[in-house]
Amino acid sequence: MIDHRQYLIRQEPFYQPQGREIALYEAAYAARLPVMVKGPTGCGKSRFVEYMAWKLGKPLITVACNEDMTASDLVGRYLLEAGSTRWLDGPLTTAARMGAICYLDEIVEARQDTTVVIHPLTDHRRVLPLDKKGELVEAHADFQLVISYNPGYQSLMKDLKQSTKQRFAAFDFDYPQAELETQIIVRETGLDADICARLVKVGAAARNLKGHGLDEGISTRLLIYAAALILRGVAPADACRMAAVRPITDDADIRVTLDHAIDAVFA
Amino acid sequence: MSDTASRFQHPQTRAYWARLDCGFAQVADVFEECLYEALATLSRKGVEAYVDSARVLGKLGRGAEPILAFLEAWPSAAAAVGEDALPAVMEVVGVMQKSPNGMAIAPFMQTLAPVARRLHARDQFVRYLDIARELMVRTTGSIHGFHQTLPSPGLPDFFAQAPLLLAQIPIAGLGNWAEYGIRNYGRHPQRQQEYFSLKSADSRAVMQRERHGTLFADVERQLDLYLRALWRSHEHLVPYSSAFHEIRKPVPYYDKLGMRVPDVYDDVPGVPGLDRYRATLAHMVGHRRWSRPVIADNYSPLQRLAIECLEDCRIDTLLAREYPGLGRIFRGLHPAPREDACDPQTQSCLRHRLAMLSRALLDPNHGYSDPALLEFVARFHALLADGASSTREIADLALAYVARTRRQSDQYANVHFDDTVVDYRDDNRQMWAFIEEGDEEEAFDLERQLDLQEIDRLPPRHYPEWDYASQTWRPDWVSVYESLHPKGDAAAIDRLLARHDALAKHLKRLLELLKPQDKVRIRYQEEGSELDLDVALRSLIDFKSGATPDPRINMSHRTSGRDIAVLLLLDLSESLRQKVAGSEQTILELSQEAVSLLAWAIERLGDPFAIGGFHSNTRHDVRYYHLKGFSEGWSDDVKARLAAMQAGFSTRMGAAMRHAAHYLGARRADKKLMLILTDGQPSDVDAPDGRLLIEDARQAVKELGAEGIFTYCINLDPKADDYVADIFGRHYSVIDHIQRLPQKLPELFMALTK
Repeated sequence: MIDHRQYLIRQEPFYQPQGREIALYEAAYAARLPVMVKGPTGCGKSRFVEYMAWKLGKPLITVACNEDMTASDLVGRYLLEAGSTRWLDGPLTTAARMGAICYLDEIVEARQDTTVVIHPLTDHRRVLPLDKKGELVEAHADFQLVISYNPGYQSLMKDLKQSTKQRFAAFDFDYPQAELETQIIVRETGLDADICARLVKVGAAARNLKGHGLDEGISTRLLIYAAALILRGVAPADACRMAAVRPITDDADIRVTLDHAIDAVFA
Repeated sequence: MSDTASRFQHPQTRAYWARLDCGFAQVADVFEECLYEALATLSRKGVEAYVDSARVLGKLGRGAEPILAFLEAWPSAAAAVGEDALPAVMEVVGVMQKSPNGMAIAPFMQTLAPVARRLHARDQFVRYLDIARELMVRTTGSIHGFHQTLPSPGLPDFFAQAPLLLAQIPIAGLGNWAEYGIRNYGRHPQRQQEYFSLKSADSRAVMQRERHGTLFADVERQLDLYLRALWRSHEHLVPYSSAFHEIRKPVPYYDKLGMRVPDVYDDVPGVPGLDRYRATLAHMVGHRRWSRPVIADNYSPLQRLAIECLEDCRIDTLLAREYPGLGRIFRGLHPAPREDACDPQTQSCLRHRLAMLSRALLDPNHGYSDPALLEFVARFHALLADGASSTREIADLALAYVARTRRQSDQYANVHFDDTVVDYRDDNRQMWAFIEEGDEEEAFDLERQLDLQEIDRLPPRHYPEWDYASQTWRPDWVSVYESLHPKGDAAAIDRLLARHDALAKHLKRLLELLKPQDKVRIRYQEEGSELDLDVALRSLIDFKSGATPDPRINMSHRTSGRDIAVLLLLDLSESLRQKVAGSEQTILELSQEAVSLLAWAIERLGDPFAIGGFHSNTRHDVRYYHLKGFSEGWSDDVKARLAAMQAGFSTRMGAAMRHAAHYLGARRADKKLMLILTDGQPSDVDAPDGRLLIEDARQAVKELGAEGIFTYCINLDPKADDYVADIFGRHYSVIDHIQRLPQKLPELFMALTK
């Protein structure tokens, strides 16, 4: 049996609530409802889940989904050993057995046939059939499934099926309001509040361009990166260019516009 | 002679007058003044050369005009480009005098001074003279080919427009502009005049292309992004031309239809053109956000001027509060009038005072000491200390300022304008509301009556054409009109196909071989439909040797089809009517048969397929006919259109290919193939230079290649080897035996797509 304590969050992660999401999540957990967290990249989805796991005192198993992931990567597989085989639980099975919160990050990245294996765990059955092993794992009473997905860059190919979507209670996340975002950056990095407010302003300018050549605006995470660079003595304009603008776009016009926004804000 | 000489008191003047040896009374009237100017700017030798040159001009036998213009122009021209440029000028005059272009000497002299002032440097000025000479030599016409007898039609206009042109475009641009006119209108006197007097559309378009500064067209998207990103605003931006108003420059403004900005901004020291656009747009956004109209009827024009100025300052202050970097741009663009620049005894100084106040409000380091000004700067900042204030409050402040600093001289007609124009600010027409429609205000929002005529055909699409000589595009040069081809009798095509029954059977066999082999193996699958033996063995070896085996030992299959979109472009020019040697059929009829067979064959293969036809009658009328669309089947409609195919006019191939690519490019297919069936080289009645359209077609092939379209030419012209490789590289076939076209065409297609 795997030691479940390695999955416990020991230190309180910093999380700045934007609304009543903490209480709502606690209620959902009390009812053991599967939860879906939606929102653009870098707005704090993963941090929120981490924080809730800490608050509830439950172990958290995170799986970053990718398109090469197969169902057996989630559920488990037989390993060949000299002369015999051995079954190894996948992260989902482990979580179901130990009663952890299983967090499937960016679930749309996984292939659709992979996502279907979570279905029996997410309705009233709360079981996980391991058909290769011939075992039916009953989920631990504390087990909960959380998925995150980013509706921003969803394409025709990358969307959740209705049958998957309709198994979850959902939270809609977005980038925080300007003052709140400023506070978050201050709290995360300890940078001067005035500079943080300007960083947020640059972020807002980029977010206005979403859909006009930008798939996503500058995320809170990138703004925090920029702040971290400034703390290490980088000039604010350079830090913004390096951490916030260059990563998000290759479009020359947008780059010029955002560079101008940076100069206009940090005059 | 002696009585005119006695008018001059000074012996030196009299000596030069004698040297000038001129009998025109008009010249005597201005000579003394011109000479004094020359003495002030030129060296002694320079003055002598000046007078000698004038003497030559006076004796050309072309009246007083040339000498008068020269006397007035040269001193200031020499001040700009140096007096040693005179021999070059006189040389041009000499050449003109010897050619039939003597009439252009006066226009040349008249604009010499402004041109020289624009050019500053001597080598640029010499370049200008070279351009003029080149233009003259190449456009002077001759009737019998020996002696040049007809004057250049465009030369006088060129001289007249030169100062205006040089204000907008650099000297190299002027050279390109003149070159374009010479090449395209060299043989057409009327058009040439229109071109060189800047009246024709392409003349202006070419000039626009050569302009210096930041062109609106180049930065439009950036400005749009700028408005969205920084101001959350989406405005329709409309450029207005700033090239043709020398005296009264239009000012930016906005109304219901969008924001109007100039089509080009030159860089000014410290502020690039793009930032000038941004400042202009930001200012208008600011007005839209914070300004509310006030009733204008109660204020005098001077009061309104003051209110507008202070309101502009309020907007700029609020904008810079939002984005501090804007303040730097505003200060870079705002004039900084000297405090003592205006004399209140003789001039109206209100504009000057307001400009200083405005500067002081934007720039804390203004350095002005006028107590009233300082007091109002403080009052202004107090008003805006907490919040945005309002147009109303600012109006009151402005009225107080006008009242406090009022002077009798404010009413003078002699207004001090220097350094008082802030050119990024709009004309503030949205700031005022009028209770009564006065006669002094223009009614901006008059509903304009437009009577639009019903258009009976689709509007044309315009395509550029490549000019190989100058390696530039001719903008929007060709108009392509598209339409459905008229219908004929579909049964005719069926009869044609029946006649080629044997050939069809042969093709059918070939087609079977081409049918998509639509199974593709996907290897390295953990779970799949069958075992992949190679990989499985490898895994087993790994396993036996104690290493971790790769579990991806299966494979599966995926179906994949041919994914080729084909467009067949038919040349329908007049030459198709010719009978094929040794046959009763025309090329057109053979093409019909060939195309029908090909269409039938492709239909069986199931590739998306379209047929278009084209011919042209000058660049203004290129016709593109749809014979079969991609979504149409091989139906009676299509056959009927094919049956009605007609030949006529010429072959402007490049434009037709670009238009066809517009449709083919929009298809979603892995491979895109454009087949061009033609019987001769590209040509058109308005293109005497045969090379031009060939080079344009070659350019079109390159463009299409960049778009991922593969072009292939099937040429029926026995002489095609001379040019077809220039256009299509190696992607062509010449079919010498035209009778075999119906067989060859489908075979070629299959070979291409195998």
